[in-house]
Amino acid sequence: MISFIVKRILQSLLVMLAVALIAFALFQFVGDPINNMVGQDTSLLDREKLRQDLGLNDPIFIQFFRFVGNALRGEFGFSYVHRLPVSQLIGERFSATIELSFVSAVIALVVGVPMGIYTAINRRGLLSRSFMTLSLIGVSLPTFLIGILLILVFGVSFRWLPAFGRGEVVNIGWWSTGFLTASGLKALILPSITLALFQMTLIMRLVRAEMLEVMRADFIKFGRARGLNNRSLYFRHALKNTLIPVITITGLQLGSIIAFAIITESVFQWPGMGLLFIQAIGDADIPIMAAYLVLIALIFVLINLIVDILYVRIDPRLRTSTSGSGGQ
Amino acid sequence: MSSVKLTRMQSLKRNLANIKNGDLWYSFWRSPSAIFAMVIALVSILSAVFAPIISPYNPFDLAQVDLMDASLPPSWMAEGSENYFLGTDDQGRDLFSTILHGARLSLLVGFASVIISLVLGVGLGLISGYVGGRTDVIIMRIADVQLSFPAILIALLVDGIFRVALPKDLHDLLALYVIIVAIAISGWVQYARTVRSSVMAEKVKEYVQAGQVIGLPSFIIILRHILPNVMGPVLVIGTIHLALAIIIEATLSFLGVGLPPTTPSLGTLIRIGNEYLFSGEWWISLFPGIALVVLALSVNLLGDWLRDALNPKLR
Repeated sequence: MISFIVKRILQSLLVMLAVALIAFALFQFVGDPINNMVGQDTSLLDREKLRQDLGLNDPIFIQFFRFVGNALRGEFGFSYVHRLPVSQLIGERFSATIELSFVSAVIALVVGVPMGIYTAINRRGLLSRSFMTLSLIGVSLPTFLIGILLILVFGVSFRWLPAFGRGEVVNIGWWSTGFLTASGLKALILPSITLALFQMTLIMRLVRAEMLEVMRADFIKFGRARGLNNRSLYFRHALKNTLIPVITITGLQLGSIIAFAIITESVFQWPGMGLLFIQAIGDADIPIMAAYLVLIALIFVLINLIVDILYVRIDPRLRTSTSGSGGQ
Repeated sequence: MSSVKLTRMQSLKRNLANIKNGDLWYSFWRSPSAIFAMVIALVSILSAVFAPIISPYNPFDLAQVDLMDASLPPSWMAEGSENYFLGTDDQGRDLFSTILHGARLSLLVGFASVIISLVLGVGLGLISGYVGGRTDVIIMRIADVQLSFPAILIALLVDGIFRVALPKDLHDLLALYVIIVAIAISGWVQYARTVRSSVMAEKVKEYVQAGQVIGLPSFIIILRHILPNVMGPVLVIGTIHLALAIIIEATLSFLGVGLPPTTPSLGTLIRIGNEYLFSGEWWISLFPGIALVVLALSVNLLGDWLRDALNPKLR
């Protein structure tokens, strides 16, 4: 168990180091950082002095270590476009993305799990079949199109809901929340549904598949033979055994939701990290790109690590046999 | 090398014969949704391939584009012009023609990236499964790590990095290749993992041992004997991946990091239309959107059917 955790942590560190290397390489090979910082009227001498002061003449691996050291403290320098510290820019937008992702995850779970249970229990029912067909359409419908359709219907035609921005926000310390104002909550509805739909279909299909699997198990047949009624069979026995993989996948999907938020944020002009990142690609704003790259990798690696460790803890079967090879 | 090619041709023909006489063909004609999806997919693919012949206008030819005709609604609406069936976009390009050409680009990117992904993934999977040992561990670790990120994020990151790394005047020119490579890199893992596990099951079978005993070189055993036996699942993944690749391409283009507006794919068209959504010009984004969904859905349906047909356990 301990050796498994240590191995997984080492592997995570390796991944982070690789990502840091890519982010660092971006700085190295794309343009001249001095040119990006100063105006055209700066003399060559001043440029050379700045280059020396910033340590850009040091050997490359020293620069890399400095980059990693700064990254660990959350510093990625100044944005080329906004002329503000990257940490500040990302910090301002962090809460917007997290709130959106959180609400979407809740919607996806609250709607997806019951739909999955229902379609598993009434396999041949008309409603189940239409759920399954809808979920296939959901998979083929790209997130941004769902967003555009929702905007078209609820934002443009009926004008019921705001179709862009975050509404009014309340600042609690450095965290800005849209939960406390009516316009903030209203602005949250369309983007969070857009972001939730794909995950919802995924969770529904997963719960259904797992539930069907468990229903075939011997202990369910035995329960039936014992004369248990359907309700306790489905919910006390089958569902309980279904939930472990469902929780795992849902945990893993949290990262995906944050990543997919890039698309939703672009559609709804939601002022989150994803929108910042997309704009940064357009502007070749490398400090922001590098910071986002490292941050999103960190989120994914952490989530994976936690889920892996939890999974081994929850499921005792995994503790003995595959303790050496994670990620199987 | 030519002998390898020749025998591959033969085995392909044999496979084709098996398909024709076998289960797959039978189950295809028994599944209405498969036939329906195939018809839709074929119609969209053919109309995309022959776009230059079918489409009434050439949207890339500036001489045929009249800015005075910009943003006209579809022909059945009051202000619509009968010259433009689905209306025009913001630059006065005929929307129907632009959609056909856009679908052509979307399919081109989709097919090209799936093929590259497939070759890369199957190749690595074969090596990983057959050679085993440290090679296997390294390849599979990379696969594990990549699999923990969504494909669309990987494609976006690769695309974004290429985009900033290339000089500005180059990236519009190379946008098509950049996006193909980005999507290809994001998709190889599925193939590699599937092929690897099939290879591990195959390589202990007698026919492989027989090949090893008579001294055939490894690559011949792998390519001629193992490969044909592991291609079934690859076909399924490839079909579903095509739908995904089309969607990823559309998404990247929609986000403005894909194909440029001068050679718009479906995603670029939707992006252009999105800017005019609030001024009431819904058709510029809606029609390309419908085209995209029809394309992706029909390919997905085909993939679904193929998966069920090739996997009797699921029936």
